[in-house]
Order: sequence, then C-alpha cells, then structure tokens
Amino acid sequence: MSGAIDAVAAPPRPARRPLFWVSLSIVAAWALVALLAPILMPHDPTDFVSDDPFAAPDRIAWLGTDYLGRDLLARLIGGAQITLAMAFLATLLASLLGGTLGLLAAIAGGWLDAVLSRIVDIVLSLPKIIVGLVVVAAVGPSMAALIAIAGVVYAAGVFRIARALGADIAVLDFILAARARGEGARWLVFGEILPNIVMPLAADFAIRMSFAILFMSSLSFIGLGVQPPRADWGGLVRENLSALSAGSWAPIFPALAIASLAIALNLLVDAVGDRRQAVRARDE
Amino acid sequence: MNDTPVLAVEALVVAPQAGGAPVVDGISLTLAKGEVLALIGESGSGKTTLALSALGRVRPGLAVRGGRVRLGATDVLCAGETVLRDLRGRRATYVAQSAAAAFNPSLRLDFQVTEPSRVHRLRPLAEALAMAHSLYRRLDLPDSRRIGKRFPHEVSGGQLQRFMVAMGLIEGPELVVCDEPTSALDVTTQVEVLKAFKAVIRDGNTAALFVSHDLAVVAQIADRIAVLSRGRVVEQGTTGEILSSPQQPYTQELVAACRRWDRSRRPRPARAGSGPARLEVAGIIAGYGPRNRVTGRPSVLAVNGVTLSVAAREVVAVIGESGSGKSTLAQVIAGLRPPTAGEIRLAGRRLAPDVARRSLEERRRVQMVFQMADTALNPRHTIGRILGRALDFFGRERRSAELLEMVRLPASYARRRPGELSGGEKQRVNLARALAAEPEVLICDEIISALDTVVAAAIVRLVEDLRDRLGLAIVFISHDLATVATLADQLVVMRRGEVVERGSVDQILANPGHPYTRLLLASVPELRIGWLEDAAERAKVATAEPVELPA
Repeated sequence: MSGAIDAVAAPPRPARRPLFWVSLSIVAAWALVALLAPILMPHDPTDFVSDDPFAAPDRIAWLGTDYLGRDLLARLIGGAQITLAMAFLATLLASLLGGTLGLLAAIAGGWLDAVLSRIVDIVLSLPKIIVGLVVVAAVGPSMAALIAIAGVVYAAGVFRIARALGADIAVLDFILAARARGEGARWLVFGEILPNIVMPLAADFAIRMSFAILFMSSLSFIGLGVQPPRADWGGLVRENLSALSAGSWAPIFPALAIASLAIALNLLVDAVGDRRQAVRARDE
Repeated sequence: MNDTPVLAVEALVVAPQAGGAPVVDGISLTLAKGEVLALIGESGSGKTTLALSALGRVRPGLAVRGGRVRLGATDVLCAGETVLRDLRGRRATYVAQSAAAAFNPSLRLDFQVTEPSRVHRLRPLAEALAMAHSLYRRLDLPDSRRIGKRFPHEVSGGQLQRFMVAMGLIEGPELVVCDEPTSALDVTTQVEVLKAFKAVIRDGNTAALFVSHDLAVVAQIADRIAVLSRGRVVEQGTTGEILSSPQQPYTQELVAACRRWDRSRRPRPARAGSGPARLEVAGIIAGYGPRNRVTGRPSVLAVNGVTLSVAAREVVAVIGESGSGKSTLAQVIAGLRPPTAGEIRLAGRRLAPDVARRSLEERRRVQMVFQMADTALNPRHTIGRILGRALDFFGRERRSAELLEMVRLPASYARRRPGELSGGEKQRVNLARALAAEPEVLICDEIISALDTVVAAAIVRLVEDLRDRLGLAIVFISHDLATVATLADQLVVMRRGEVVERGSVDQILANPGHPYTRLLLASVPELRIGWLEDAAERAKVATAEPVELPA
C-alpha cells in the first residue's frame, strides 16, 4: 500500500542541479578574475615578454605571446576586466533606463505609454551593430561611448519586459489603493511594483549582460571598440586573428573566454528559472 | 445494491509532505447510491482535499498518510493511473467552481461536454450529442439543440456552469464531486443552477459530494451534511438535524451566521438619515470606452444617473448583481474613475472628479476598502510597512499597533507579510489601512464577498463597531442582501447602472416596490429545507409584475 501512496505523492523540493553549480562557478570565476586582475596578471599586459610573435606557451607566458610578443595571459586577464566592467555598466545603464521608463509607462498608460513604446519599437527595429558603427563613426571610439550605445540599445529590450511585468501588477488592487491615497509615480514604481518583479528583472539582467558582452566584443572585433594598446576580449581575437594561419592558438583563448561567459550566464538563468518553476509547481 | 456504498472513506489522513498538521485528519464517511452529502466548512478545513480524494487525486505537496477511499469496489488511492483514468469522467466526475476557467475557450461546448464519451470510446458521437442535448433540456438551457454549437464566451456564467454540470453527468456517473459549483454566481443565477442540478441528479439517481461554505445553499440540495473543521468531521447528520438542532458549538456558529435579516438584534435607535450628509453623490454618469463626440458619454455606460447621500454614523448599502455598476460607483467616489457627469460633495464641498486634483486632506477624509483582500495588499511588504506608509503619507503619528488592535489583530502581525494571513485577517488589515487616514467616509467595495460565512459575519460586526466608535459614514457595496440587511440603514438597489429602488432597509425588506428587488429578495437562500422549490415559484410571481425585466 505504501508504494501506491508514494505514487500519488508530490516530488520533494527539487535539488539544485549540477548545471546550476557549473554555470555559477564559471560566472563567479570570471567575475573574480576581473576584480583581482591587477594581482593575477603575471606581467604588465603592454610589456613585451618575448621577441617572437605568437610564441608557443612556455614558463614565462603560459598561454604564449600575441602578435607583438606580449604575454597573452596577462592581456586576457586585463581584457576580462575591461569586458566585464563595460558589459556590467552598459547593462546597469540599460536596466535603470529601460526599467524605470517601462514601469512608468505601465502605470501611466495613455499618451506617455504610447510615445515611449513607439520609440522603443524604433530602437528595436534598428540593427544594433549598424547603429554602433554609425555612432562610433560620429563621436569616435571610446569606452564611454561604447557603454552608452550598448546601454541605450539594450534599454529598449528591458523596457518591453519591465512594461509587461509592470502592467500585470499595475491593475492589482494594492496599486489602486495607493492611487486612491494619491501616491506619486516614484512610490508606485519603486515602492509598490519593483519589489514584486525583482527576480524576473534580475534574470533579464544576466541574459542581457551576455548580449552586451557579445555586442561589444563584436564592435571591438571590427576595430570600432576598445582601442590599442588596451583590448577587451573581442579586440584580442581581432589582434591575433592572423595567428590562425600560423598555427597558433592565440585568438582561440579570448574567443573561448567570450563563449564560456556568455553561455554560463544563459545557463545560470535557465537553471534558476527551472528551479523556481519546480518550487512553484510543488507549492500549488 | 444498497449494501455497497458508492463511496466509502475510512480513517483517511492526508498531510503536507513537508510535515505539519494533517489537512484531513482521520475522516470516515460513506455515501449511498443517489445520496447527496454536503461537505461544509471554512477555507482550510480540508473539504476540497477530502472531496478530491474520492477521485483518487491528491494535490502536489500533500500525501496520504493512512486510511483508504473506495469507489464501489475500487480502492482509488492504490489504483494506478490507468485505472483512475478509466473511472474518471465515467464512474466518478468533477464539477469545478469556476466553469469559465475549466472550459477551453477555443472549442465548442458540444465538443467539450461530450469529451467523457469520446475519451472512453463509450458510444458514437451522434449518440453522445443526443444525450448532451437531452441533458441541456433537463438543465433548462435555452435552445438545447443548438446552444452547444456556441463557444464558452458566448453563453452567460450561469449557463456555462450548467454546461459544466452536463459534462459531469453525461455518462451517468455513480458519483459526482461538486466543488463550490455555485459560489461564483449571482444569487438569482444560483437559484436556477441549483434547481436544475438537483433535478438532474435526482433523475439519474447519482450520488453527489457537494463541497460548499454556504449552509443555506447546502440546505437546499443535500440529504446529509458533514461539518468539517481543521481536517475533522465535527458533526454529521441529516440536513434537518443539522439545521434544527446543531450540537457542536462550531455548527451552531455556522447556523447562526446564516440566519438572514435578523433585524431584531439591532440595538441602535432609528436615527437613520439624522444629521447633515457627509457624502453626497448626485447624477453620476460613468462608463468605459471611447466617448461619444456629441453627447460626451462613454460607449459603455456602467453608472447612469446615480444619486445617494450618507450621514455620519450611517451605512448606505448599494446592492446589485455583477455588472450593475456598483463597483464603478465606488471607484468614481474614490476619484479613480472620473465620471462624465455628476458631482460628489464631501461635507457640502465639491470634490474634484479626479483623485489627482483632490487635496491631501480631501483624500484623507474619503477612504476605500477593496474587494479582493488577496490583491489589495502588496505581497512584498510587511503589514507594518503597509500601515506605516499610509500613516506617514497622511502625516499621522506611527501607531500601527493601535490600528491592528482596532481591527482585532495582535500587534505582532506587523512583522508578517500578507501571504502569512488568512483571508479574513487580510481584510482586517485592509480596513486598518483605510482607518490609518482617520477618514470620515469609508467606501467598502464587496469586502466580504470572498470570505466564508462565519468570517464575513465577524467582519460585518467589526464594520458596525467601527462606525459606532469612529462615527464613520459608510457606503457598503455588496451583492449579498442577507448580510447587508443587518448592517445598513439605507438601501440603494442598482441594476444595469441605474437605481431601481431606494429607501430604508426596514421598509424595503418589508415591502419591496420594484420587481427586481423582489427577485433579489426571493433569491437569497433561506436556511430551511424546501426553500429552493418555493423560490422558483416566488421568482415567477416577482417577475410577472407589470414592469418588464429585460433579459
């Protein structure tokens, strides 16, 4: 009889899957590398450690040297700092801008919602890389410009999500109660709605940061991103691209770095989402 | 045949998997062929869990810890999925509370009602359709041959609930489990559905488990009643026994809460309408959709020329069915939906139609309590923060504990979040938030509709108490005439956005003038056996008056 009872019983609280831990440790490891970059770098990333370009890995340069004979590992660690910092700042900008305007549109409705939504439609319809090209051509390549471009371009996506999440909450009675009291938009957005949608917005932040890394790496790859002698991961791939014909691994390492971080961020969000879904199904 | 019960529950124990108090704690009961057993109790008493176990269903997170449930000769708790699938829809069926949520909106009703026959391959489709159409006729659905070709959104809520019943009964099951099948319906619709349901299960000699929190409804349909509280059957007996001589205190409380318009327990002197009006509402016209360019009226009129006034220490009840515009009226008064015409006066001074244009002081003096206690409190805030914000906003001193005490909640609740409170407790917090502003006018929009009878009665007593202590002028919006009768001084009956009758409660209850009021009065279930049959008669008389009731 007990066997049959187990059959109708619900599964216990789901354990965190290996996927969660693997993706979390990859993201955490890169974040740590970026934070501790000055300590971890074996050499100055602009120092020439070898006379040979694309030297094979040895005891001085663990990953070999780049096209000018600089230590690739040091440049990769330095690139991690630049890449992560820029992507983080751009995503933060996108979330603040898009999130605030999206929630504002959700509670205001009417013409403000209509105008903001149409502007967002326009931004979303533009090809991102082309927009980046045009703006960089106009204002010149700088890290601030890159962050601003990525921030604004990705704010449109955040706006859509925040507006949709906010619109679901905005019709609930506790928002009506706050409106009846005469609360202003600031309290409605940050006091009432935001606490209810922090989790989905955080998931969106992680996904969008992986997009931002790819976007900025792409711009750097076509030479419009971070300028030499500094380089982010996309720039490192570009600098060392000629090594492929020489049989060196130099551009593979930064490419792997980009791929590993972008994939890990996506998998992390998936793993957290799956688990929340499982917990919710159990609670119902 | 009479020796084997249709359903036998033996010492059933169901508990949360994570541990904790059992939801069903050693319940035994039997159900004979053709018998209707009502399970009654407040939310959380385990009545739905018990009823679902008859179908071999245990909700996720719960586990059976002991006992057995037999449907005929089948032990449904030990049966495998194949066996259960075979008996569900054929031998035992389920009628859900919300038909609107239970039907697939994009499939025709005929197709969905005949699903049990199709899934179990019991008969050809033509035969199943013929059976469905005959059921429609017995359930008093209009145009029984063609109505099934419609989609769920093309029939009314009461009709949809009857389709749900048809789906449950199409294969002539031994047992039908009904989970609050009429709770979501208006009173007048409820009477019709109950009547049709009762006739059909009697004809089919079907046994029924009828889950409800409304004793008056149950009294019309059940042969026996089992009263549940905290997972145990506290009292069980025939309907007559339970109604006439309840033994347990809990049952007595339940029966007492159901007594309708017991005007004798009104200790207050007749001072209705005394004193100047605190709130006056005149000629309000409001609605939805784009406005007509010529007349300036919205395309859908929800409130059409409503006038009322409330004095201090007075309760004016606005009564009407869903769609009568009473909630829109509440929002108009609160300034959340500016009307296209009409004016609102607070103590003689005109209020701006839009809440954004009212002064802080004006907003403070008019407070609203919302219907859905679940959604009216921000789930992420603690009770202390919710009350604290309202106090700060209106520049009152921080006295959350005092407010909680005023609505009879312990001060320690300030640290809890809404999710940790019961429905009744949440509604008390809702009231406390409105009281934080120290208002003069309180608008209560259906604040007891979602609550169990006993809990609702306690909230009504609290509102009465607050009115007397704080001298509030209260607009009490409800569809429940029975509750309002004990609380209100004045009654405003609304139908389709218009006031059809107004006057003192005593006068209207004793001598209702409008046929619609008479229909409403006749539709409130009474706590006696045989009321349902009488009600059908009285409704006919009520509507046969000269004033035409458009369908």
